[in-house]
Amino acid sequence: MILKINNLSVRLGGSHILQGVAFDVAETGVTALLGRNGVGKTTTLRAVLGEVPATGEVLFDGRPALGRATHRLVRDGLGYVPEDRCVFAGLTVAENLRLAVRVPSPDFDLVFDLFPELRKRAGQRAGTLSGGQQQMVAIARVLLNPNRLLLVDEPTKGLAPAVVTAVAAVLERIAARVPILLVEQNLAVVRRLATDAVVLEAGRTAWRGRAADLLSDADATRSLLGVGTTAGRH
Amino acid sequence: MSTVVLLALTGLGLAALYFLIASGLSLVFGLAGVLNFAHGLFLSVGAYAAWTVSESWGAIPAILLGVAVAATTGALVELVLIRPLYTRHTEQVLVTVGLSLAGVALLQSVWGADARVFPRPAWASSVVNIAGAQVPADRFLLIGAAVLVLLGLLAFLRFTRYGLVIRAGVENRDMVSALGIDVRNAFTLVFAIGGALAGLAGILAGMYFSSISPGQGASLLIFAFIVVVIGGLGSVTGAFAAAVAVGLLQQFVNYYGTAGAGDVSVVALLAAVLLLRPAGLAGKAAPA
Repeated sequence: MILKINNLSVRLGGSHILQGVAFDVAETGVTALLGRNGVGKTTTLRAVLGEVPATGEVLFDGRPALGRATHRLVRDGLGYVPEDRCVFAGLTVAENLRLAVRVPSPDFDLVFDLFPELRKRAGQRAGTLSGGQQQMVAIARVLLNPNRLLLVDEPTKGLAPAVVTAVAAVLERIAARVPILLVEQNLAVVRRLATDAVVLEAGRTAWRGRAADLLSDADATRSLLGVGTTAGRH
Repeated sequence: MSTVVLLALTGLGLAALYFLIASGLSLVFGLAGVLNFAHGLFLSVGAYAAWTVSESWGAIPAILLGVAVAATTGALVELVLIRPLYTRHTEQVLVTVGLSLAGVALLQSVWGADARVFPRPAWASSVVNIAGAQVPADRFLLIGAAVLVLLGLLAFLRFTRYGLVIRAGVENRDMVSALGIDVRNAFTLVFAIGGALAGLAGILAGMYFSSISPGQGASLLIFAFIVVVIGGLGSVTGAFAAAVAVGLLQQFVNYYGTAGAGDVSVVALLAAVLLLRPAGLAGKAAPA
């Protein structure tokens, strides 16, 4: 397992957001982290990354992660694509990418193979890009460097259907190279990408297993995610 | 006409001082989120260091020493006092306020509470005739220094790796860390840059006012804070524009208005900007 989480707990501003989350992420493929809004999915990713204070046990690549600085975890191969992209709006596309480079030979070939549009828009300020183009920048930033695991938070949120499909296709290609822990609300994307799934409910792990098993169980998806699986097929 | 020229160039000289102090202050707040009330101490430390050796070393080496001492003070303050408190904003403010008070007391204990006459090169005491106005040459020194610092800072922010980190960090420092960058090194750097510029401002203020005193940094810092807010947190060009506006407004209103009206007009300008454009002239998203 590339990531092992046990009894992860987070308190923020008096709220007990995570109350003993526990799951593993396999060395290959996509593990989907699912659940209704506000159950702690993004907080789980941020806790793993060291962005919020947490207790419990997190082993990344066999080493304890809690208490380590975010930049050190990232340098050890923990790539992060945040919710809402978080591109640097005042910087150009080229500057956003240059900022992310931390190895002598960054993989610009892969980035421009996946996102040829970014080459054309290198001199454009990232804040003026569309949501889909900003997502390209956010994903490209982590692909420039070698990674052991990617944390990807709602990559299709707010995107047009055609762009959602394109982003899913890119993630599918990336997943062939590096494991992904994916927070995603779009069950069609989950169905396409995920091998394993974890469902959070009220800050706790409510379900974990094969993604296909979850998505084929209409009662489980309705009770855990609040949606019918047919909705996810669109 | 000659009065207007003299007031304008004197106002721009004052603006240059404000900019030198405010640019570092703005970068520190924009990147590290630190409201550094001890920034005035860097100014005074630089000025007193230069004053101490100016007679024996000469002007240029004294200026370089003053800037270096102020930069080192800035870096040390960040490393020793601010770094442990990045997530504790109240304590951070208390520490910088306490440091500014303790710093003034320390300067008084070493050099006394009275103002000291600051030596200035002979050419800085000369006057230049422009459109009938007899303009002291030190105004041009201040303006030239501020323009050079502006161009240097912009080049640093645009063309260097650390400049890129600082510009990104002003927008979202958590995301900079999430790209594997130790943003704390950039914090130390901006404190050192801010200290250096404040030290330079302290030395030039000594030439401008012909004297230095332990409390000089704190009194200039008030207007520098106003410049930072008007210019937009983290924006160097915004700080420059705001400094020009504040310096000119203060000078002209002080001359044509009643005593103290210049300071009141600056506060009124601050209130107007906060009402009409709360993020300042440049806003936080445009750091360069």
